[in-house]
Amino acid sequence: MSLLHTDHLQAFYGDFQALYGITLTVEEGETVALIGANGAGKSTFLKALTGLVKHGGGAVHFAGESIGRLQAHQILARGIALVPEGRRLFPSLSVEENLLMGGYAKRPGPWTVKRVYALFPALEPHAKRPGTALSGGQQQMVAIGRALMSNPRLLLCDELSLGLAPIIIRDIYAALPAIKQEGTSVMVVEQDTSQALKVSDRVYCFQEGRVSLTGRPADLTRAQIAQAYFGV
Amino acid sequence: MADWINTILQGILTGGLYALLAAGLSLAFGVMRVINIAHGDFAVLAGFIAIALNQWLGLTPVESLLVAMPLMAALGYVLQRFVLNRALGNDVMRPLMITFGFSIIIQNLLLQGFSADSRSLYAGSFSTASFQFGGQIAAGYLPLTMMLSAVVILAGLQQIFSRTMLGRAFRAASDDPEIVRLMGVDNRHVYGIAMGLALAMVAVAGVFLVMQTTVAPTDGPVHLLYAFESVIIGGLGSLWGTLLGGVILGVAQALGDKFDPGIGTLVGHLTFLFVLAVKPNGLFPKTKDR
Repeated sequence: MSLLHTDHLQAFYGDFQALYGITLTVEEGETVALIGANGAGKSTFLKALTGLVKHGGGAVHFAGESIGRLQAHQILARGIALVPEGRRLFPSLSVEENLLMGGYAKRPGPWTVKRVYALFPALEPHAKRPGTALSGGQQQMVAIGRALMSNPRLLLCDELSLGLAPIIIRDIYAALPAIKQEGTSVMVVEQDTSQALKVSDRVYCFQEGRVSLTGRPADLTRAQIAQAYFGV
Repeated sequence: MADWINTILQGILTGGLYALLAAGLSLAFGVMRVINIAHGDFAVLAGFIAIALNQWLGLTPVESLLVAMPLMAALGYVLQRFVLNRALGNDVMRPLMITFGFSIIIQNLLLQGFSADSRSLYAGSFSTASFQFGGQIAAGYLPLTMMLSAVVILAGLQQIFSRTMLGRAFRAASDDPEIVRLMGVDNRHVYGIAMGLALAMVAVAGVFLVMQTTVAPTDGPVHLLYAFESVIIGGLGSLWGTLLGGVILGVAQALGDKFDPGIGTLVGHLTFLFVLAVKPNGLFPKTKDR
């Protein structure tokens, strides 16, 4: 049985349909990448999974349970955490308080503030500073740490590389193996396709709210991906 | 000379009551962005609950307060959870209109139940006795208690905000109501608790109010105005600023009344307008724009 299984998931913003029936799976311990152009529906899909966007049809099963109708805080309690696009740290909370906020649900597991500092040593000297006073890369580390503090079984990462220098992106993705080591499955949304192909076991390409291509990175050709990405 | 010192001291202590009134208003705005137009009416409601408990059940003023506080807290939770939460969103007008409705409902229920008479809660010699400093300077027990309560309550609130998970959730919800849900926070529940806390605090203010002076069922809006002025003078989101705002307002009113009885209220309003003109964000602004 898959850890996550969505079945013809649809989502709407008012009258506008953003997702036209997404069917995908994530296995336990797997890293899955979602790629695709701006507006293809990747972020909306993550929001629908986490309960921020009410979905308008289809089903979501997580660890054998139907979670499609649950509230955002109930979904987090089941073990799905999101690193949101643009970090979205709480500006009036310090770095440490941002991390503690991530542990609000008190899900049991290996992650503590100390473990997060061990994973991202650059954060510890800034523990008492406002989260938003840090550099972009450090903020991204806080956002990842905050999500890890809920000890998720599935970690969703939306555009980790957005606005960051390549060397910083490399540092951030270097943390992925340590996260997976705890048995956490990961789903990354990336516009940086080569980065996504490098870290993932399987890829889904989104195009205009549909899955246009799926497979293992090694089995896909550049031409196939370009075709699925742009639809030309 | 001692006369003036007494007047200023009186004003400072009155500031404690204004700060108590204002703290709940500030909390509801800070966490939920709800501008509670009915805040003064909730204070009056709490005062009348205390009067009713005192007259009908024979409870002492302190016992009435201890009953009124949890009652108001529960009312706050229920109103937020089941009424105001439904109206939250990007539009601050919708919750504001609902609290306007609360205001009208509370005033009319009180008029129905208690007639339009002004009432007060008789607290015996406690209301009038005072503490003498060196013969000429005196501070009433009641005003002193109000100020002390204000300091204790604001300090407690400060501790909740900076040290507890609930306080962090309040601040996080204020920063980003969407992302806070991804932390596993049921924001509807947290907002309910915040409004419950706000009304528990306004209950303290309301009971002190009816001990200090007579209050009519329709007096709520006047007290709302004083609370607003305290918050704005102090700066939104700053608890100690709110206390200072209350003190400034209280001293301005007391000095005005000393100069010519009856113009104290006006001098208070003018002081508020002056601060608004010079420092539109108040003296210690903290809340960030969203």
